[in-house]
Amino acid sequence: MDYEFPENLKYTKTHEWVRIKDKTATVGITDFAQHQLGDIVYIELPEKGANLEKQSSAGEIESVKAVGELSMPLSGKIIEVNSTLVDNPENVNSSPYGSGWILKLEYTNELEIDDLLSVEDYKRIAEEEN
Amino acid sequence: MDANERLIFNKGNELVQQNFIPKLDIKSEKIEEILPKNLIRDELRIPDVSEVEIVRHYLKLSKINYGVDSGIYPLGSCTMKYNPKVNEIVARMTSFSKLHPLQDGNEGALEILYEISQMLCEITGMDGFTLQPAAGAHGELVGLLIIKKYFETKGIVKNKIIIPDSAHGTNPASAKMAGFSIIELQSNEHGEVPLDHLEYAMKQGDVAGIMLTNPNTLGVFDRQIKDITRIVHEHGGLCYYDGANLNPMLGICRPKDMGFDIVHLNLHKTFSTPHGGGGPGSGPVGVTNELIPFLPIPCIVSTKKGLICNYDNHESIGRIKAFWGNFSIILRAFVYILSLGADGLKRVGQIAVLNANYLKTLLKKKYNLPYDRICQHEFVLSDKYLPNDITTEDVAKRILDYGFYAPTIYFPLVVNGALMVEPTETESKDSLDKFVEVMNQICDEALNAPEKLKNAPSNTPIGRLDAVNAARKPILHD
Repeated sequence: MDYEFPENLKYTKTHEWVRIKDKTATVGITDFAQHQLGDIVYIELPEKGANLEKQSSAGEIESVKAVGELSMPLSGKIIEVNSTLVDNPENVNSSPYGSGWILKLEYTNELEIDDLLSVEDYKRIAEEEN
Repeated sequence: MDANERLIFNKGNELVQQNFIPKLDIKSEKIEEILPKNLIRDELRIPDVSEVEIVRHYLKLSKINYGVDSGIYPLGSCTMKYNPKVNEIVARMTSFSKLHPLQDGNEGALEILYEISQMLCEITGMDGFTLQPAAGAHGELVGLLIIKKYFETKGIVKNKIIIPDSAHGTNPASAKMAGFSIIELQSNEHGEVPLDHLEYAMKQGDVAGIMLTNPNTLGVFDRQIKDITRIVHEHGGLCYYDGANLNPMLGICRPKDMGFDIVHLNLHKTFSTPHGGGGPGSGPVGVTNELIPFLPIPCIVSTKKGLICNYDNHESIGRIKAFWGNFSIILRAFVYILSLGADGLKRVGQIAVLNANYLKTLLKKKYNLPYDRICQHEFVLSDKYLPNDITTEDVAKRILDYGFYAPTIYFPLVVNGALMVEPTETESKDSLDKFVEVMNQICDEALNAPEKLKNAPSNTPIGRLDAVNAARKPILHD
């Protein structure tokens, strides 16, 4: 598969990537996910300050083909959302790990990080689904 | 056909006033005396065109239209079957078309509503029906409100509904609208509901029930349906049957016998009333005896004195549509059922399944079929293994070039690049063979002339629309 899977990130079964730094985590959807969705036309972002449980819905990603849910990879508080995506949702397609990041959260349970997938495990899941 | 065909509002000539508004034949009143000021406008935008312009305008539009009267319409999940003209003839009789629900002497109409309710009970196994809902999703909402009221009356709090990932998109939307939160259940490798996951979800406590369509959107019959409904019932939940896929079940299998408590039907799918732009629809909801008290009011009740309308039911969820729903649509379905009879309806189900399996067997030679089983009324192909990066959308657009309507695409979501085909029972073998021929030709083009697919459609008045920009940067006015 010709998708990008950065080594330094953690992943979820539901195709989010997570970049952990200190007490915060930056979250987006993977290159594989954006490719499966196709051209993204609308993103519903969560509210800044919201406290959300792991695996609960943090927003919606709508493409011409489908509507997908962004699922919280870790429980925590939303401290920042990428509001440039409101006008430029295509950034998620063109740069899923860069300008297409979706939210930053302050996680509340460090133990949950162990449940996230390594790049190898996620690659296997993506390959199966492809 | 001119791609820039003007709207009727932009036609006509201001200098030649046609003025088709008929002369006033009742006592005239001053508008200022009957309407508040803020509701009065100085100008009314009514097209001012001559009769011949009107006729030509609409004839032109009708010629570029494509409907089930034009040819095969294999739109999966929508059951676009032919609408017999006898339905139309009866619905247009002035004894029906000029009838008003508030006038005296409409007992005949009540009798039709009562009788079709009885017929729908027989077809689905249910004990009572409301005919009020205006369409399928409206029926879903009514069904969910009934579930809600049922638990409220018992003083039990249940806020969640289980919906498999192969469900129709309207299911989670309706559940949310009725105030439930949704537990999505992933279907297994056979496209069926995994019983262990279902049981686990039901054990979470506040689950009001499950919404299911069987056969599901992959066109496969869930063989464990009786276990599914048993598990839900054992944990105190109710089972809702989305009747969008009832067509292949007609006369063969009944939702109540599968263990369902509530069902909605789409008269505009299964019972041949006009669909889509030709609507309106109709989505009657049937329930078991236990849930009859919650049906919308009024209900038609048979008494010794004849049929009466019962408004007096404090447990009812209330009224959900004016009068009796879309009466003339219900009437068409009544005619359809009567003209086919029980044997005819069973034959509908059988031929729908036969047609789908015939088509599936021929198409899977060239297209990927992810869930390869005997199907019911429809089946789902995918664009996997198509050469030259050809996608489902390219195939669908190319089908238009050959003069057919395209199947449903990118649904259900459980199949990547889904192409969902439902031929219905009203297509002949000849019509199905022609469709296969076109699909095979498109597959050959994908290999040898992929640009024909990438640039499709090229034979239609307007080429491929820019769906991405239309969604990202919509222009909502001119």
